[in-house]
Amino acid sequence: MSVGVDPSAKFAEYAHPERLVSTEWLEEHRGDAGLAVVESDEDVLLYETGHIPGAVKIDWHTDLNDPVLRDYVTGERFAQLLGEKGIARDTTVVLYGDKNNWWAAYALWVFTLFGHEDVRLLDGGRDKWIAEGREITTEAPNPTAVDYPVVERDDSVIRAFKDDVLAHLGNGPLIDVRSPEEYSGERTEIPGYPTENALRPGHIPSAASVPWARAAAPDATFKGREELEAIYKDDAGLNDGDDVIAYCRIGERSSHTWFVLTHLLGFENVKNYDGSWTEWGSAVRVPIVKGAERGEVPAL
Amino acid sequence: MTPTPLPDALRDIRDDFLALEQPERLQLLLEFSNELPELPERYREHPDLFERVEECQSPVFIFVEVDDSDRVQLFATAPQESPTTRGFASILAQGLNGLSAQEVLDIPDDYPQTLGLTEAVSPLRIRGMSALLGRTKHQVTLKRVSA
Repeated sequence: MSVGVDPSAKFAEYAHPERLVSTEWLEEHRGDAGLAVVESDEDVLLYETGHIPGAVKIDWHTDLNDPVLRDYVTGERFAQLLGEKGIARDTTVVLYGDKNNWWAAYALWVFTLFGHEDVRLLDGGRDKWIAEGREITTEAPNPTAVDYPVVERDDSVIRAFKDDVLAHLGNGPLIDVRSPEEYSGERTEIPGYPTENALRPGHIPSAASVPWARAAAPDATFKGREELEAIYKDDAGLNDGDDVIAYCRIGERSSHTWFVLTHLLGFENVKNYDGSWTEWGSAVRVPIVKGAERGEVPAL
Repeated sequence: MTPTPLPDALRDIRDDFLALEQPERLQLLLEFSNELPELPERYREHPDLFERVEECQSPVFIFVEVDDSDRVQLFATAPQESPTTRGFASILAQGLNGLSAQEVLDIPDDYPQTLGLTEAVSPLRIRGMSALLGRTKHQVTLKRVSA
């Protein structure tokens, strides 16, 4: 990695401490050669109201999603995007954003699909940075464009498609990270987001319900390792070595959970099913379960 | 069938957006966001009067007045951390204040899609503005009947 890691004691507990930086660390290191800071928010204008000095903006929808195919951008487009932002293949990228780093984690997951090696999250995200009274600016940075290589996206390791989930049913755990109301089928959409709905409400048979934000503390940082182990192992029943698939509605909230399971708890085979409920809940011939119970996997 | 002409203020706002390149359209939306007026004194202490627009990604609350001469005024409040939603609310507040109830009801439902923001903001987010317009019309209908 091109920039040193944050030696904070809290991070040392996690499986991959190098994947997080603290606000103090970023304050000290922003501006270092080889380090890029990227803001990724739910609100497409929030960055423009003020951001960490020098941070560039990447929007999950307009930058990372292909405008035509329901898929992520191509290797060519990703290379163009990062090159324009002044990010080289070996740049250390620190991502941060609003809402407990929800969308920042999604961007990090997409960066990982393209094999960008050194991607980290700012623990506590935008909210903590601002709450601590650290500097923000509306001045747009002017990064020098660099060459980013065209890299083929690898969808085989951390991304699950519908057929992968069907094959996984009964063979490994699933984590549903949506709200309890979405899980039980009282509603198909996240409260306040009824535009991304599905034909049928409920959850994938056998999936455990662990709303994504349970992993976050009130100050938007990640909870400590012990608390996370209690949530995902004791409550949800995951065991070391499990192959896990996480899903939500379009794959953004489950990116956050993917980050927790992979980088903080050290699960080595976690996939994010980005088709998620907007696909599963409308797909032909896939089973669902309604109600608060996980439910049985039917013979397929 | 002749389409109802767009009220002047809404037409001007649309034309202003369409005259700009994509990145500048976002800046204009931010200006609208900053211009969303504070609630008048009489509503500041009355959150109960406001209707939450559930379809928006961020909390936004609206209240519509239809006065004795059938003129409409829209009040909206949304947090500073939700500039896009504030921008949408501000466009509508500026665009339809002072119109007659019928003129508000005649605003084409696809007005938000005509601002040229779908590329800069994404179609998904634009739907939040459609919901704002829909809820506004709904309140106008209710208040006109009850008046």
